[in-house]
Amino acid sequence: MKYILMMNGKKADFERYAQWSKEDLQANVVFMRAFSKELKDSGAFVATEGLAWPSEAKLVRAGKDGEPVTDGVFPESKEFLAGYWIIDVDSPAQAYKIAARVSQAPGPGGKPGNLPIEVRQVLSSHADLGL
Amino acid sequence: MTQQKQDSPVEHLLRELTPQVLGAVARRFHDFASAEDAVQEAMLAAFTQWPRDGVPENPRGWLIQVASRRMTDQVRSEIARRERETAVAREADPLAPAAGIESDMDPDDTLILLFMCCHPALTSSSAIALTLRAVGGLTTAEIANAFLVPEATMAQRITRAKQSIKESGVSFHLPSPLERAERLPAVLRVLYLIFSEGYTSSIGAHLQRLDLAQEAIRLARSAKALLPADAEVAGLLALMLLTDARRAARTGPHEELIPLDKQDRALWDRAEISEGIELLTAALSKGSVGLYQLQAAIAAVHDEAARPEDTDWPQIMALYELLKRVAPSPMVTLNHAIAAAMVHGPSQGLALLQSLDGDRRLAEHYRLDAVRGHLLEMLGDHASAIRHYRAAASATTSIPERNYLISQASRLEETEQSSSQKTSVP
Repeated sequence: MKYILMMNGKKADFERYAQWSKEDLQANVVFMRAFSKELKDSGAFVATEGLAWPSEAKLVRAGKDGEPVTDGVFPESKEFLAGYWIIDVDSPAQAYKIAARVSQAPGPGGKPGNLPIEVRQVLSSHADLGL
Repeated sequence: MTQQKQDSPVEHLLRELTPQVLGAVARRFHDFASAEDAVQEAMLAAFTQWPRDGVPENPRGWLIQVASRRMTDQVRSEIARRERETAVAREADPLAPAAGIESDMDPDDTLILLFMCCHPALTSSSAIALTLRAVGGLTTAEIANAFLVPEATMAQRITRAKQSIKESGVSFHLPSPLERAERLPAVLRVLYLIFSEGYTSSIGAHLQRLDLAQEAIRLARSAKALLPADAEVAGLLALMLLTDARRAARTGPHEELIPLDKQDRALWDRAEISEGIELLTAALSKGSVGLYQLQAAIAAVHDEAARPEDTDWPQIMALYELLKRVAPSPMVTLNHAIAAAMVHGPSQGLALLQSLDGDRRLAEHYRLDAVRGHLLEMLGDHASAIRHYRAAASATTSIPERNYLISQASRLEETEQSSSQKTSVP
């Protein structure tokens, strides 16, 4: 079963991240690289991407003629996706364990950030209602 | 189905030869993990060379030679590395020349490999990956594609599976009859999981992906040929055939699910049904009835009904009662309740479902809601049925199931509205 692990943050979190010290940043990068390797070595890795920061994010809708209409003013409380991992594991428990691991990524001062990781199962095209 | 990916003759030959070649190389070098890699490389070499240069006169011997050479090179470079490290010269090359290849042939090789790859020390996903590669002769890329994961991830699972085998200390030999009896359920389970993976994925998936259901049937056929006296192996093959026979009818043009009672039975594969029934009849006469034979028997009763109303539900109910005793599980209870509802009416089925409330084992709780919705609909309690269909739809993790359950709810709602409109007209 596949799961997506999403790391979200508010605009202010991203702005704070921009002010991290070089050492803190370094520690975080080292942790993330090690985490990525662990995922690959365990045979659970499917995909991962980090996203550009939300300062340039736009909300797009189709206008009357189908042309894009963009909107970019977001309330302060809005959460933005910072990055995600897609994993393929045998049980939800395994997915939670991996999510907890990445939640330990070090934050300022090298302390575990304890970031909330949103875990959602990816829909499958399988169906077996006993039909 | 004609749209499925078909093997070329070379592919077919290579896949048939894989377990035989692997058996010979693993036995000669006493190293299953490395032999498995070497055979995969030999297969890939053959896959590019044979279509171009023609199939060699002795394809099996060719593959063993190439794989053995890879093994020898690997061992030599390993020795060279160690020599460089320790600066201790070796006296002689410990590797015998690749002679006597044909005498390596052992008909039990495929069986040894099956027991090895489906070892209980492995997780299901590892065992599935390794079985498909080492016994099924599939490439890592094909297996990765079938499970929609990157090739590197699948390669890693295979490596880890072989590591677990190494650590568990299993050597390359046929398990004793006692061990075999103990470990056969794990083998059958892996084959059945491969089948389910293929059978339950929607039709669209079969277009671009390897047909895992057919692959599982092929593996079950070879297991059946190697263990002809075992009734459960035959039962598993029968179950696969009797289920697969309905595949073309179970989804509509937009990949929507079609339940058994709405399927176009003319689309059922008669050849698969008769082969399955023949296998099952022979297996049941052996006397030791297990869970695969019972499930196959249930599938056979469905397949034998020309119309849904001809289904022998009392027999299906009796078979589920047996299954409840042989292999109790919440899913069996759920299916037994449906059969009981068909025999004694929906109230009886709903009463049986109560035993599942609060059953923590029913991880896929949405199925309970789906079945409850169905039985409540039979009872005429449409409002409750709609509620349960929607609860099931919100909990399932499958797109076709969710669409099916939402449609069930909306269909009932429409009939409710049109009937209330009718009654409100004075």
